[in-house]
Amino acid sequence: MPTLGADMEAGTLVEWLVKPGDEVKRGQVVAVVETQKGAIEIEIWENGTVDRLVVEPGTKVPVGEVLALLRAPGEAAAAAPAAAAPRVAPVPKAQAAPPMPRSATPSPAAAARAKVSPAARQLAAELGLDLEAVQPAEQGGVISRADVERAAAARKVAPGAPAAPAAADWRVQMRGAIAAAMARSKRDIPHYYLATDIDVTAVTDWLAAENLKRGVAQRLLPVVPLMKAVALALRETPGLNGVWADGAFRPSAAVHLGMAIAMRGGGLVAPAIHDADRKSLDTLMADLRDVTMRVRGGRLRSSEMSDPTITLTNLGEQGVECVLGVIYPPQVAIVGLGRITERAWPVQGTVAIRRILTATLSADHRVSDGHTGGLYLAALGRLLQEPEALR
Amino acid sequence: MSAPTRQDIRRAVLDTLCAIAPETDPAEIAPNRPLRDQVDLDSMDFLNVIIRLHETLGIDIPEADYAQLATLEGAVDYLARRCGAG
Repeated sequence: MPTLGADMEAGTLVEWLVKPGDEVKRGQVVAVVETQKGAIEIEIWENGTVDRLVVEPGTKVPVGEVLALLRAPGEAAAAAPAAAAPRVAPVPKAQAAPPMPRSATPSPAAAARAKVSPAARQLAAELGLDLEAVQPAEQGGVISRADVERAAAARKVAPGAPAAPAAADWRVQMRGAIAAAMARSKRDIPHYYLATDIDVTAVTDWLAAENLKRGVAQRLLPVVPLMKAVALALRETPGLNGVWADGAFRPSAAVHLGMAIAMRGGGLVAPAIHDADRKSLDTLMADLRDVTMRVRGGRLRSSEMSDPTITLTNLGEQGVECVLGVIYPPQVAIVGLGRITERAWPVQGTVAIRRILTATLSADHRVSDGHTGGLYLAALGRLLQEPEALR
Repeated sequence: MSAPTRQDIRRAVLDTLCAIAPETDPAEIAPNRPLRDQVDLDSMDFLNVIIRLHETLGIDIPEADYAQLATLEGAVDYLARRCGAG
């Protein structure tokens, strides 16, 4: 179970998209996992053949637990095919029989968690009950339907206990995920904040001329050249691009730009647009369109959730002039862009009406200093004077 | 095919808004208030509205004209003019 963002502790396997014996390639989507931030497609990071699916659909497992076993290319099956066949047979989905130990040969993963009957697991999911809160009737025994019913009844009478089924209310879960990540950020990361006004008239003029040449479906949004410049400027200040892990900063050579995208009905996610510094504006636009659509209706992929190296929050849409972002751990910086406004602006000794954008940087003082941050914003401003070079 | 009527165009605009922002209630939209105050549309959503109207009505909508589609009534007026509606 991969970690799909700060403070994710567990995920529920929704479905497998592969079966034992299937060949898989690095980057292929193999499963769907339900998290606090909705359903995420899980990609695999090795080539090989699926040997065994360890975790059944509907099971909630902690981060780090084995989901499936994979054979490397050319590696023989762990056991003789004849013996392997019954071992890979999936546990029946709807088991009406009384609870019993699920497998004669439990995997290390299965042994590490409480034993739960499939019927109990299904009931717990329906009731929105966390199985970790359920105790089996016998110490060390299997959690049965009756145990789940008892725990659910106890929850109802507990004063102040949430009445709504948690599984149904993803908004509450999403709020909880954001709360956990942001509280951790404000607790652990000593932020410093910088802001600067950038004249983006060159970009908006170039974009208007460019969009005039383009059909409706090929047009670029103003945020797209800004994304490119935000990503490119990081090459000059690598101390802002990467993650804080195990008490040290790990810089990233690649720029995976997390785009803060609001969800309909509340909440937000910041999935990565990979290698944003190396993509053309057309590709960035296509990627942004794709990821926005999937945030709002489809599914995000595990790599998008887990590997942004910096976040961009663009609140100009709502008329906000200046946003000072909260860093999304384990990242070490977040860039904020406000609304592009027309302002009276000195140009070569006279006053002109120019289009101005307030760009901000919130960064982790454990990793960088205001001087680095200042260099970054200066580089961003410089790159935005030459929109042709951003293409 | 004959030119669409204002009624057709109004329906096309409302259908498009509902497709992009599923929580939209067409009956609730005030014709002369900015759409973006009434429907949760960001610039990507708005661009998708424009693309869909382009596909439905077969007209190109230049970026410079976007401001004319700010309200429902404004959008219907603009699109009717562009489509030569009767």
